[in-house]
Amino acid sequence: MSIILNNISKSYNKVKAVDDISFEVKPGELFGLIGPDGAGKTTLFRILTTLLIQDKGNATVAGYDVLKQYKDIRNHVGYMPGRFSLYQDLTVEENLNFFATIFGTTIAENYDLIKDIYVQIEPFKDRRAGKLSGGMKQKLALSCALIHKPKVLFLDEPTTGVDPVSRKEFWEMLKRLQQKDITILVSTPYMDEAELCDRIALITNGKILQINTPGAIIASFPKKIFKVRSFNTYKLIEDLRIYPDTHSAYPFGEYLHFTPKSEAFRPMDLTKYLEERQHKEIEVKETVATIEDTFMDLSKANE
Amino acid sequence: MNRFIGFIKKEFYHILRDRRSLFILFGMPIVQVMLFGFAITNEINNVDIAILDHSKDVNTKEIINKIATSKYFSIKGFISHEDEIEPTFRKGKIKAVLNFEKNFSKNLVTQKKATVQILTDATDPNTANTISNYIGSILQNYQQELNQGLKLPYQIIPKTRMVFNPELKSVYMFVPGVMTIILMLVSAMMTSISITKEKELGTMEILLVSPLNPFQVIVGKVVPYILLSIINAVVIILLSIFVFKMPVQGSLFLLGAESTLFIINALSLGILISTVAATQQAAMMTSLMGLMLPVILLSGFIFPISSMPLPLQMISNIIPAKWFIIIIKGIMLKGVGLAYVWKETLILIGMTIFFIGLSVKKYKIRLE
Amino acid sequence: MTEDNMIQVENLTKMFGDFTAVNNISFEVGKGEVFGFLGANGAGKTTAMKMLIGISEPTHGNATVAGYNVLTHAEHVKRNIGYMSQRFSLYNDLTIKENIVFFGGIYGLSSADIKEKSQAMINELGLHDMADSLVGSLPLGWKQKVAFSVAMLHNPKIIFLDEPTGGVDPITRRQFWEMIYMEANRGVTIFVTTHYMDEAEYCDRVSIMVAGKIEALDTPKNLKRQFQVDSMNQVFLKLARNIE
Repeated sequence: MSIILNNISKSYNKVKAVDDISFEVKPGELFGLIGPDGAGKTTLFRILTTLLIQDKGNATVAGYDVLKQYKDIRNHVGYMPGRFSLYQDLTVEENLNFFATIFGTTIAENYDLIKDIYVQIEPFKDRRAGKLSGGMKQKLALSCALIHKPKVLFLDEPTTGVDPVSRKEFWEMLKRLQQKDITILVSTPYMDEAELCDRIALITNGKILQINTPGAIIASFPKKIFKVRSFNTYKLIEDLRIYPDTHSAYPFGEYLHFTPKSEAFRPMDLTKYLEERQHKEIEVKETVATIEDTFMDLSKANE
Repeated sequence: MNRFIGFIKKEFYHILRDRRSLFILFGMPIVQVMLFGFAITNEINNVDIAILDHSKDVNTKEIINKIATSKYFSIKGFISHEDEIEPTFRKGKIKAVLNFEKNFSKNLVTQKKATVQILTDATDPNTANTISNYIGSILQNYQQELNQGLKLPYQIIPKTRMVFNPELKSVYMFVPGVMTIILMLVSAMMTSISITKEKELGTMEILLVSPLNPFQVIVGKVVPYILLSIINAVVIILLSIFVFKMPVQGSLFLLGAESTLFIINALSLGILISTVAATQQAAMMTSLMGLMLPVILLSGFIFPISSMPLPLQMISNIIPAKWFIIIIKGIMLKGVGLAYVWKETLILIGMTIFFIGLSVKKYKIRLE
Repeated sequence: MTEDNMIQVENLTKMFGDFTAVNNISFEVGKGEVFGFLGANGAGKTTAMKMLIGISEPTHGNATVAGYNVLTHAEHVKRNIGYMSQRFSLYNDLTIKENIVFFGGIYGLSSADIKEKSQAMINELGLHDMADSLVGSLPLGWKQKVAFSVAMLHNPKIIFLDEPTGGVDPITRRQFWEMIYMEANRGVTIFVTTHYMDEAEYCDRVSIMVAGKIEALDTPKNLKRQFQVDSMNQVFLKLARNIE
């Protein structure tokens, strides 16, 4: 196992940031921690990268204990903190060079590993990091975290605040890295990114809701789910809220995702109800759940 | 070793690219020294003085006349008793009092010498010094006139006393003070800011999660500033010598060694601050309030320590700058060797070891 | 300009030296419309928004917001709009109540008015237990909901939301959008930027900015038809990729 967590807990002034979390990440796996801000993702990352000491439990990374063998871990992991932590006043190349030297290596030595990513920013290698766009900063930060050929790579919200195009490219890069035998633990608040991971842990309020492959998590959604649409979304929400058979109704893109309370629910009934309430262009169709549906369902059940 | 050099290289990039800080770092010492230097006027004009004449004889009258007719002084009052001297000064107008002893002429004739005391208000030490020099030369002129054609010369002995700032030894005392402030500022404030900057940026997290040990990180951050501070010290001393003709009496080598010691002391304070402060702003405020003010107020640079209330005098003992000022004043202005300042040097060494120990102990290998 | 246009932008351009951050954009937003303002990082969204809220001067072109020219009547514009950003919205070291009083005061609300509104807001958001706790101690989602209500305190005609839901959990994110819908339904114009493409689908109309220009502007439905894809995410990817 590349990463093992056993009953890890951590509190700040009585607030439980991480509450009894256990999971394992296999070598070469791309594992996602999916949850909103304040779920405890960053605390977990900091414990695993030996920056924080857990209150309870134990954990190993690449076979080393996070407490006793923290120096070994620091030699073998790459870490990209939440903000792209680069030296703004150093150029692209100087940043990379610096991180290579402090890890006792050179750019040339591990160029193979970062080539894919670095070629995209190499034309700007003499530009100061502070002058790069968000997407380019992200690529540089990833190159820096990889320059010493780590066994395990920790990426804390690498795509937050980055536009969808750069996000997509970033995930494509991660997929390619995975093929080079690097274990990757990545966190994100974007639920749509979950499906790109091998396995994911849904996390909220310091607790894990579920761990599995994205497919299995979606398949485990316990209810039938329908997508509903009408000409007036706001009115639709209001009317669904007072519909007696509503278990949940959430906006999802151009549709609302609706789950009924009763097993016997028929789409016809809902259509009729909405027609009575003067809705037009009504559409009620069964659909498949997404990770986000599952997340909301589980966190609602958890409250 | 490569790691370490790489680190220092990076630090120099930071420093050299931040033009504004760089300008402050090197512009400030020059501007400060120039300001202090030129604020010292060697010319005086129409300075108000008062006379306390216990003799009121021919000679004292002649001297008073000479002073009154010079363009440098104007006599603004006569007092009749020693008790009136201090209140006169306190009023603030009178900068000097001339106190002629009793039987001035008689002493001059019978003992061939007479004494006149020059009391100066040394709150403005440079002016005070200039005043007593000018009065001294007037007295000397008069003495030469008296002695023309005499076999046994008369002697008029001026006894200078500084009031309010009796410790004052020299007009050049601003140099040690300015040097102390600048070394403190550059060393302590700049290091603490540059370390907290990494915390703020989040790069400290990455450095911690790297094989560099904390000691290497700290030393790497500090070395460039040691160099900068030494350059600063050299610039200040060169300016004082060549622009203001300050004589450096003692060994330049000892001066350099003591300055380096003080620089290291200030750096360790800077590191200590950075272990406590989380942001650059906090580091700057702590350095300014915690270091600069005491250095300016309690080191004896501006206000003489001996005239402070006892509690402040005691506090001044824990301020490294106080000891450093004593040391470099001794070396620069009195030309003393290590034999005279070993005690102060030991105190500084002890403080440095204490600060370094404390910051190593406080330095976190983790985020908490 | 028609009566109903709350935002009217004509050939708006902003240059920083040689660099054209916003390149000759024109569009209008109607009353009660939810207008999604999308674009990649560095496409010029923030710069354009700053001009609309009257804190940055256009190099060329014209913009009217709430009926006032942003260049000549910036102060009137500011009085009639609300603004909320992801980075700064409320003071973390003040309580919810103190924040309300402070922001109410800025907009010149009377103390009776503030009292009444803050009570209404606390009721509506169900914040009774938290009204006296520091904003810094709230979960992000709550903070953003409170910030939105605070930005609506002075009944602005238009509200500008700059990535209001970044990092917020999915349930709260949706509650937030329900608040947006509610205000839009009351006739408030919503101008919103986001990186969540599903949120783009919630908007009445969406504009997509690429390299300082508006490359697409239509309803989500029409945009999807135009690009022959079935989600806004794909529209976005297609557009931004093609241009690069």
